[in-house]
Amino acid sequence: MLEVKDLHVTVEGSEILKGLTLTINAGEVHAIMGPNGAGKSTLSAVIAGKDGYEVTGGSITFEGRDVLEMEIEERAQAGLLLGFQYPVEIPGVKNIYLLKAALNAQRTARGEGEMPAPEFMKLIKEKVAFMKMDTSFLQRAVNQGFSGGEKKRNEILQMLVLQPKLAMLDEIDSGLDIDAMKVVADGVNSLRAEERGILLVTHYQRLLDYIVPDKVHVLVDGRIVKTGGAELARELESRGYDWVVEEPAA
Amino acid sequence: MASQEMEQLVRREYKEGFVTDIESDTIPPGLDEDTIAFISNKKGEPEWMLEWRLEAYQQWLKMTSPSWAHLDYPPIDYQAISYFSAPKRDEDKPQSLDEVDPKLLETYEKLGIPLHERAALAGVAVDAVFDSVSVTTTFKEKLHEAGVIFCSISEAIRDYPELVKQYLGTVVPVGDNYFAALNSAVFTDGSFVFVPEGVTCPMELSTYFRINAANTGQFERTLIVCESRAQVSYLEGCTAPQRDENQLHAAVVELVALEDAKIKYSTVQNWYPGDEDGKGGIYNFVTKRGECRGDRSHISWTQVETGSAITWKYPSCVLRGKDSVGEFYSVAVTNGRQQADTGTKMIHLGEGSTSTIVSKGISAGRSNQSYRGLVKIGARAKGARNFTQCDSLLIGDTCGAHTFPYQEIGNSTATVEHEATTSKIGEDQLFYCQSRGIPEEDAVNMIVNGFCKDVFQELPMEFAVEAEALLNVTLEGAVG
Repeated sequence: MLEVKDLHVTVEGSEILKGLTLTINAGEVHAIMGPNGAGKSTLSAVIAGKDGYEVTGGSITFEGRDVLEMEIEERAQAGLLLGFQYPVEIPGVKNIYLLKAALNAQRTARGEGEMPAPEFMKLIKEKVAFMKMDTSFLQRAVNQGFSGGEKKRNEILQMLVLQPKLAMLDEIDSGLDIDAMKVVADGVNSLRAEERGILLVTHYQRLLDYIVPDKVHVLVDGRIVKTGGAELARELESRGYDWVVEEPAA
Repeated sequence: MASQEMEQLVRREYKEGFVTDIESDTIPPGLDEDTIAFISNKKGEPEWMLEWRLEAYQQWLKMTSPSWAHLDYPPIDYQAISYFSAPKRDEDKPQSLDEVDPKLLETYEKLGIPLHERAALAGVAVDAVFDSVSVTTTFKEKLHEAGVIFCSISEAIRDYPELVKQYLGTVVPVGDNYFAALNSAVFTDGSFVFVPEGVTCPMELSTYFRINAANTGQFERTLIVCESRAQVSYLEGCTAPQRDENQLHAAVVELVALEDAKIKYSTVQNWYPGDEDGKGGIYNFVTKRGECRGDRSHISWTQVETGSAITWKYPSCVLRGKDSVGEFYSVAVTNGRQQADTGTKMIHLGEGSTSTIVSKGISAGRSNQSYRGLVKIGARAKGARNFTQCDSLLIGDTCGAHTFPYQEIGNSTATVEHEATTSKIGEDQLFYCQSRGIPEEDAVNMIVNGFCKDVFQELPMEFAVEAEALLNVTLEGAVG
């Protein structure tokens, strides 16, 4: 589904990704871990299309399409959705309005036509309840006045509504207490499906107790240096990252 | 005028930017008593009107141009402006559209003004002012049936002198301010509306006009009077062609509402804002004031301003009557190098008077926008109430928004509330929306429209659509 091949990315003159290769198939949950500055957030930002990242080599293909040739919204419309680490506030735009605009933009791009209002309301209410949020939040401006935990829940809620093909969650667990993390994890787990891929970028192993990955990758100094199963994450937790770096390159 | 500058690429293509190729009856620039006499004569005005104008001129000579606004512009040379321009045609007014200069009609066609029967079905009467002369007033008959008078101010001075004398200058006195005095001396046209007792005007009234000849200031004078229990909704919309020299627009609008009367005045303004460097746009210095003379009378100003190089206006209400109501809903958008110092004044004199102010300012590019509002509660205005909400939205990093609220409260039983917010649209917000599949333009529109919703819902339907479109065009390319 997603193929990243030998990706080189430069940010403000410094090379951050130095030949990253990664393949995610539909139905798989991948976790990327690594020390700070390794390039974890850079990877998801580049795939999503954020400005300020220069791709100097390599390729990214999604379902056979060249992602780097696609506009930001086209990538989202194709089913590539990014859950932000630091979701931004959008005053004046209600959450419900953003959800509606996003959903309909995607449906229109796929030739499905806009969702009728009653159906939309039903869908929204269902997902809001699932994420244990209050419907009053729908009338509030996007992320305005939200706590860190609420913002993360909002990211997952959007995923539940927009049903991406590949969900990239950038440190979705940062700033969450245990209860909030459980709710978020439930949300992510409900996204698991045969036709869907999930990429979790995370710093701590803790989240992976709740969302058990199929593959864990260690990203050090701009490259994936080791790949393993879920137990790799636990090994990193107890031993740190240094032992991975010291091992001869895979 | 240098065609090179004309061709300068403005990010927003100002689609109304064209000039009608008609010989204009323009007098040479300069202002003195002869100029005024010429204007008065051309309009066929009675003696008392000329005297009124000359008195205003004398007052103007004694005044100096105000400088307290948060605006930056070169001094205006009033002797370099031509004060009269009319399209060349027969001295007699055309009896039907067939007699109107076809080039003029073409102009109106381009501007999308409904001057034919289709407009009748839409139910909008149009008083189309081309430069300084009213070309035609439609649907006079329909309004006549209802007893409503809707004509050009020049016609009103000739045909309804008593009414005009009774109300003209009673809301904005001749010496009120520098530009009002100038306007009183040299106004060349505008609308007159009179709605008699108990009548609700059967259709929304509308005016379109444009400035055409180079260096012609437009001095429009409008007077709207509603007798007791009368109601009217008036729409004002303006367009202007692309020009090099700055053009001055110093209008005066007076509204009078008697007991239980209601006047709704809506404006969607689209003057040429000047090019990317701020050259060549319209200077819009306007005095608009409504007086709620009678008890329980109601005046409401709604405006969407997206044009002008410089905007300086404070549509205001004087709330004389007991339980009278004043409202001000405004969206002001500035981009490029535009400047705006706008706001409102609510003067509470009557007991129980209430006012609502909702002002939304959107700044983009290198523009600067100031909100200046006065809420004044007189000593006798027992139980008066005001609610003010003043929000600014900044797009990008080089624009500015400023707020100067004034509250003068002379009665201790009054309630005055003021809320204000400032927020910014940046690349992050747009990326957030785009990363959800929403295209950039839609994202900007969504954010801006969400911001302006409170004001847009106060506009009459057809204006609301135009307003949204105008906003979208104005902000094209504003981010990034």
